[in-house]
Amino acid sequence: MTLLRLEGVSVRFGGRAAVDAVDLEVAEHETVCVLGPSGSGKSTLLRVVAGLQPVSGGRVLLDGADQAGVPVHRRGVGLMFQDHQLFPHRDVGGNVAFGLRMRGAAGRGAYGSRVAELLELVGLPGAQGRAVASLSGGEQQRVALARALAPSPRLLMLDEPLGQLDRGLRERLVVELRGLFARLGTTVLAVTHDQGEAFALADRVVVMRDGRIAQAGTPLEVWQRPASEFVARFLGFENVVPAVVSGGVADTAWGKVPVPDGAPEGAQRVLIRPAGVTVGADGLRCEVLSRTFRGTHVALLLGPEAGPVLEAECGLAGAPAVGDRVAVSFAPAEVVVLPPQ
Amino acid sequence: MRATVVGFALMALPLVFFGLFFAYPVAAIVGRGLKTDAGWQFGRIGEVLARPDIADVLWFTTWQALASTGLTLLIALPGAYVFARFDFPGKGLLRAVVTVPFVLPTVVVGTAFLALVGRNGLLDQLWGIRLDTTVWAILLAHVFFNYAVVVRTVGGLWAQLDPRQEEAARVLGAGRFAAWRRVTLPALAPAVAAAALMVFLFTFSSFGVVQILGGPSYSTLEVEVYRQTAQLLDLPTAAVLTMVQFAAMGLVLAVHARTVRRRETALRLVDPRRTAHRPHGPMERALLGGVLLTVAVLIVLPLGVLVERSLDAPGGYGLGFYRALEEVGSGTFLVPPLESIGNSLEYALAATAIALVVGGLAAGALTRRAGRFVRGFDALLMLPLGVSAVTVGFGFLITLDEPPLDLRTSWILVPLAQALVGVPFVVRTMLPVLRAVDARLREAAAVLGASPWRAWREVDLPLVWRALLIAAGFAFAVSLGEFGATVFIARPDRPTLPVAVTRLLGRAGEMNYGQAMALSTILMLVCAVSLLVLERLRPDKTSGEF
Repeated sequence: MTLLRLEGVSVRFGGRAAVDAVDLEVAEHETVCVLGPSGSGKSTLLRVVAGLQPVSGGRVLLDGADQAGVPVHRRGVGLMFQDHQLFPHRDVGGNVAFGLRMRGAAGRGAYGSRVAELLELVGLPGAQGRAVASLSGGEQQRVALARALAPSPRLLMLDEPLGQLDRGLRERLVVELRGLFARLGTTVLAVTHDQGEAFALADRVVVMRDGRIAQAGTPLEVWQRPASEFVARFLGFENVVPAVVSGGVADTAWGKVPVPDGAPEGAQRVLIRPAGVTVGADGLRCEVLSRTFRGTHVALLLGPEAGPVLEAECGLAGAPAVGDRVAVSFAPAEVVVLPPQ
Repeated sequence: MRATVVGFALMALPLVFFGLFFAYPVAAIVGRGLKTDAGWQFGRIGEVLARPDIADVLWFTTWQALASTGLTLLIALPGAYVFARFDFPGKGLLRAVVTVPFVLPTVVVGTAFLALVGRNGLLDQLWGIRLDTTVWAILLAHVFFNYAVVVRTVGGLWAQLDPRQEEAARVLGAGRFAAWRRVTLPALAPAVAAAALMVFLFTFSSFGVVQILGGPSYSTLEVEVYRQTAQLLDLPTAAVLTMVQFAAMGLVLAVHARTVRRRETALRLVDPRRTAHRPHGPMERALLGGVLLTVAVLIVLPLGVLVERSLDAPGGYGLGFYRALEEVGSGTFLVPPLESIGNSLEYALAATAIALVVGGLAAGALTRRAGRFVRGFDALLMLPLGVSAVTVGFGFLITLDEPPLDLRTSWILVPLAQALVGVPFVVRTMLPVLRAVDARLREAAAVLGASPWRAWREVDLPLVWRALLIAAGFAFAVSLGEFGATVFIARPDRPTLPVAVTRLLGRAGEMNYGQAMALSTILMLVCAVSLLVLERLRPDKTSGEF
């Protein structure tokens, strides 16, 4: 059952298209994460769905109903702003109850139990009376979430939901959010520039570039098979070179690289994930340029005798030192053939 | 597109208000002065300006304004520094005290200086010194009046300049003075210029102070317009002088607008509370002492003398003059002077309400998209500050006297005129606050189901009500002290406080003098109390254009 459908949505600012003919569907109870660098049009997409940004072309449908002409406050969607936008003149309880007050006809006291329930849900029980200014970043984020969830929106949208939080908190909250959305059956459309966040949160990931969708799929699909060099580089992979593929082997600046079975032949580009660059006794000879400890592994930057700089990963034990000369070979499972540019 | 429509709708009422109660009366006066059956008589402009007595007025108006501005800067800049950089006990109270003169009606300022340096004034009694026939009384009164403008405008910025900038210059080898001159002064210069222009504006159009202290020998343009209109009934001359004043003020306002815009350059501002320190060393203590002494002599003393004179009744100190205000007296008034307090409060409240509605709508319109038309609208709102209030008042008399707008006998005439000067204050106070409300808060409310009107009520209103109250306080204080227009249109049986004070001063006799002092004291207390309430409300105690 499709809850949200975008058909050829475009938004132009002056001559520039911030969103360019985007088609997107979000099914009920699904969590979709739009991933892209800043300026890729992902926040504009959320504003379009909320009705805060008029479209230059295309249609927005919610539950099959065209939303053209439906004002923001009647769309029944929730939006959690990037910097939360909590109302500074209301306490936590007043912020969470706001949407209930706007929608419900019930008396003043009737919201109390719902507010308490939501604050409990986001892990801030009893915070009703606290001033917004006294909250830490993480607490503000929780209050913003409770506020957005309170009126039970049919679609909850999150703009960089964890963007401003520190790393530890982020990792914990992603897990919490995912559990929460699963429990409540909420339909979620989130945008983020952080791939880790997107992969952890989403059932489906949509990568955007310059207002267009570059790739859509499950986190695993996108991670394993980036659809283009842009997506690969955006995911943090740097080992991308032009190549000519034939007979299961790619001819690259680094020499012959084995590719997976069934890869397209001819002039292509090839991505070698760092995990697929294996340090061993023989193969391409390189000098270790730098070595960065990553906790679970060591990231190496290698200067090969031919071709551009190469990123590699190896275990903690036996990692070479800077200046060491090593040889590397390539594991076909970690090689992806990308379409030529 | 819809935003534009809303913007124009908001502008409609202020435009009608200014058209009817400002442009129309002023244009009518100018027309009556310069137009005869034979058409426009622009030759009169040259004739009037060529008259030696008018040339004297022009010259005096200009040089006293320049001298007042220079003197105010000289005396108030050290004060601005002390308020910005030093921490000392009673600083908050002292800041309120130096601001009191600015909201005082000019008539009270004149009266206070009369009590200090005039005939039978304190200096006259002590040492036989009288300054009320000299220009010094006017200049000192102008400094008294505008001290706060410099302290607040310049000091407000000074307090927020990061002292580490100067420290950086010192570390790079600049001496104490060189660091100040090359780092702090350039940052302050636009604020100093803005303050100077403001002081110039106020003193160039000075009316009440000069009317009371200038005597027959000194007259500013505004006083001369009043004299030509009310006493000599020479409308052509008054019309020409109004236009001259208008042109001069237009020029000053244009320069002011430019400097204010330049002032908005990116300076690294910090929390003012972090930059202040306790004065240490003999230099800094001497500076603090000097500023305190200046404030005591220049601001506290005149106000104190005013109160003292009001209590100095014939039979010894007491409330004799105050009691006399309850009686009709010897033909100066149709009603007991005390009634003027009630009149003033009623008028000022009505004027405040009008100014809030008109100014609030205008500020709302200005918050929306900026454009050439909107900037013109912004400038239009400031015009009443630059046009002779006397002309506006007289214009009311000759234009609003026939159907459908026959307001001659209506009490609303006075509040309408007073609201004209209140509106610019309302707009200037509301605008920065309205602009500071994050549009995305409104969006957050909309997404949560609030209609645009509901979002305004739930988000904007709670955030700006404080500014609204401050604007109301300013509008109330200016309305209470408005004199130039009110003196024309207040009915004889319903005088306002400033009008009653000048009438009392215009008559001989100790009783009238004492009553004028008593009424002025009452007026001062009303204004001071409303100011102190405002100071408590002001969220950021150092900023603000006024």
